[in-house]
Amino acid sequence: MTSPTEHLDPALRVEALASLLAERGLIDEATVETFIKTYEQSVGPMNGAKVVARAWTDPEYRARLLADGTAAIGELGFKGPQGEHMVVLENTPAVHHVVVCTLCSCYPWPVLGLPPSWYKDPAYRSRVVREPRRVLAEFGLELDDSVEIRVYDSSSEVRYMVLPERPAGTENASEEELSALVTRDAMVGVARVTAP
Amino acid sequence: MTGDPGGHADATYLLDAAGPAAPPRDNGELVFAAPWESRAFGLALALHDAGRMDWEDFRQSLIGEIAAWEAAHPSGEGWSYYECWLRSLERVVSAEGLVGAGDLRARQAQLAARPAGHDHGEAGSHGHEHH
Repeated sequence: MTSPTEHLDPALRVEALASLLAERGLIDEATVETFIKTYEQSVGPMNGAKVVARAWTDPEYRARLLADGTAAIGELGFKGPQGEHMVVLENTPAVHHVVVCTLCSCYPWPVLGLPPSWYKDPAYRSRVVREPRRVLAEFGLELDDSVEIRVYDSSSEVRYMVLPERPAGTENASEEELSALVTRDAMVGVARVTAP
Repeated sequence: MTGDPGGHADATYLLDAAGPAAPPRDNGELVFAAPWESRAFGLALALHDAGRMDWEDFRQSLIGEIAAWEAAHPSGEGWSYYECWLRSLERVVSAEGLVGAGDLRARQAQLAARPAGHDHGEAGSHGHEHH
């Protein structure tokens, strides 16, 4: 059933809903604000970048990460909603992974923050499954035909994160320097990490 | 291949059709396009956190809203992820009996009837509408 009020300004609809929920003691405004601030400011792709840099510099961590993503990511202190069942997909010269949520917007919040607008866009969600090579090329990522592309569809059960390839020329970089190179896009699989 | 983040510009024509959906230039993209989007996000998390809303119920509602919107708008024109989010939230709180659709409509009408220039951000917390 369609609500007859959907023509209203969404800001007004949110305000109406929030005021009723607060009056009834169902939410606490301070909690709402805390969640907003947390995901606007504290939780973001820098968390995932630390995971990637650790995996690049510590082979044992890398093995743990690929065996049990949730646990290995938790070792670095990153856990929380939408990060309960993490699977890490390792890119290699022969196989490139890219992540999507075709049905809604499932995304590993604890390591990547909230999804960018393009990730939620109907065009990305439908096209990356049908024609991944072309979509990646439109992102500026031209993959050789010999590279196999695997598209992973996130769900309520599993959230994926890509472990990108460590770029050549970074052999002497520290873990901290490496983490600064890792972009959100690389961990979704629509970009590569490049040396500075 | 280039490390230039500007390389994303090539993709904007693809994903930009629905409005402000341009690919991000860096890791620091603002995650909300408007304050009401962040409020709608925060409300859902707070309700779940308070044990008032099952996240999977909300997610299924969101999937349904997105699918319905896409079916009704094959061109993708006018897409707003957080409008789907808000509709899902309104439906779940109504289905759970937390805020009925009638109560919600009444409050919306009340707020919409405020004089122009009223600070929307302040309303609903002062109770002046009962005077």
